[in-house]
Amino acid sequence: MFDHVISELKNLFSAGEISGTEARLRFVTLPQNQAVKAVKYLNEKQGYRHLVLLTAVDYIEQGQFQLTYLLHNPENRTDIGVRVLIDRENATMESAHTLWPTIATYQRELREMFGIQFPGSPGVDDDFILEGWRGLPPYRRDFDTKAFAESFFPQREGRGTNDPAAFMKEKLYPNE
Amino acid sequence: MNKQGVFSLEGDRSKYPQPGADGKPEIDLSSHKYMKMWQGPNHPGITGNMSVELTVCADEVVEAKTHVGYLHRGFEKLMERRKYIQNFPLVCRIAVPEPDYNELNYATAIEKLTGIEVPEKGLWLRTLVAEMARLQGYLMWLGGMAGAVGFGTVGQWSNYLRDLILDRFEELTGARIYHIYILPGGVRNDLPEGFADRMEANLKEIEGFMKDINRVLFNNYVYKKRTVGIGYIDPAWIYPYGIVGPNARAAGSKNDVRKDSPYVKYPELDFGVNTATDSDIYTRSVLRYNELLTDVDLIRQILSKMPKEGDFIAKLPNMMNLTIPAGETYVRSECTRGEYGYYMVSDGSGYPRRVNVRGPSYTHAVALLEKMLVNANIADVAQIMVSLHTYPPEIER
Repeated sequence: MFDHVISELKNLFSAGEISGTEARLRFVTLPQNQAVKAVKYLNEKQGYRHLVLLTAVDYIEQGQFQLTYLLHNPENRTDIGVRVLIDRENATMESAHTLWPTIATYQRELREMFGIQFPGSPGVDDDFILEGWRGLPPYRRDFDTKAFAESFFPQREGRGTNDPAAFMKEKLYPNE
Repeated sequence: MNKQGVFSLEGDRSKYPQPGADGKPEIDLSSHKYMKMWQGPNHPGITGNMSVELTVCADEVVEAKTHVGYLHRGFEKLMERRKYIQNFPLVCRIAVPEPDYNELNYATAIEKLTGIEVPEKGLWLRTLVAEMARLQGYLMWLGGMAGAVGFGTVGQWSNYLRDLILDRFEELTGARIYHIYILPGGVRNDLPEGFADRMEANLKEIEGFMKDINRVLFNNYVYKKRTVGIGYIDPAWIYPYGIVGPNARAAGSKNDVRKDSPYVKYPELDFGVNTATDSDIYTRSVLRYNELLTDVDLIRQILSKMPKEGDFIAKLPNMMNLTIPAGETYVRSECTRGEYGYYMVSDGSGYPRRVNVRGPSYTHAVALLEKMLVNANIADVAQIMVSLHTYPPEIER
């Protein structure tokens, strides 16, 4: 089902690693300078017209962000996830707002939550969810939610917490 | 009939500033020709904790901008520092009125990455819960839609009917709103004794009320006057604006995840996809009304076809020790608003590397709503919003 599309992505856009064992879902890694062209090709030539989502995964250990463009073909009911690895320092990616107007919202959120820049995307620098946020983009792996909560919100007296793993072992699985 | 040719939906924009390079018009507020108005966050015509910043000229909307962030709790980030099983109390809170699709997608994503098999009865119970969630979700929406145009009584009826389904949820899962009923490998409980009979009594009552609601609301001159030909969605916008679910089906699309990418027990159920073409508020509301009646039928089918015996959850080891092999997957299901999806990435540890939630409101309430409200009358803003059936929490997960 995917053979033709995958071979085209390899020939035209130097596609790298292919993964996915499910019948109707494949993930393809593409070079950063080819990704938006490949997404445009999939949208316009291969029927992957429905943009399901655009999101980022932070691989801080490798100093990279993975951007995932997930596209759906409504005719043959298949999905292709286009993965792009970009440098975590000065993270910048080409905008794809000319393909789907709605992708501007995803890019605006990624700029705010991960600090990834999308130059030229409409309204990308407007605050989206975190009005007035000026610190480290909070969805990066090095942002510590627990430390933030403890420093930002006052702690109430008399509250205790259990270690979840120890508590569940004691209550539910005492013999394991 | 295509309403675009009959009603002046595009309006005369020559009297307003033209959009600049960034797509936004440059509006000079000091000219006193325009005014800023906020629809929400505290407004009876807003769909939850969000707001729309309107720039109006007299009673016509010139520009609209969606504002969210009023209830951001950082679910996706919080999931990364909890073990897979600990995330169930989080995911159900991402779409407050319909938590079950979150549980279903999240559990299914774990099962796909680990190879856990769900027993037959567990799949049937998941189908039942998904349809019960859809039924009560549509009932809640019906109340909001009727309320937005001043039919408060219909809203009270439909909320009473929703309460009946919440009673059944409480009986089955122990909770009315956040059920945490679906777990990896199946569901938590079997059906209680006599559940099907009590559900049948509720369904009969709902059907009776639906006949009244059809007469009172959908055949009402005022309701038609406020909804026919207003809030038109052009079928050409479906893919550029990521429109899914009833909003797309009312514009002629036949996309329904239950049919296109079948999951749980939908392939064994007999139902059709409701579609329409007029694509205005009235058409979308009638389509949802028809889907509600389809749900009633589906719940009956599920209860009659479900096996009486059998395991409802697979035997699993301590889920606190669960590690998932490195990999990624995407799982989708059809909720009341359309495609609801979970993208999960595992790095081989006991914690998710990343979970991204794709809610239909993310596209409907931002890019689409901002486009639809231009040229709308201020009085129509509320029902246009409600007709899109949006839930703010799934925008700012």
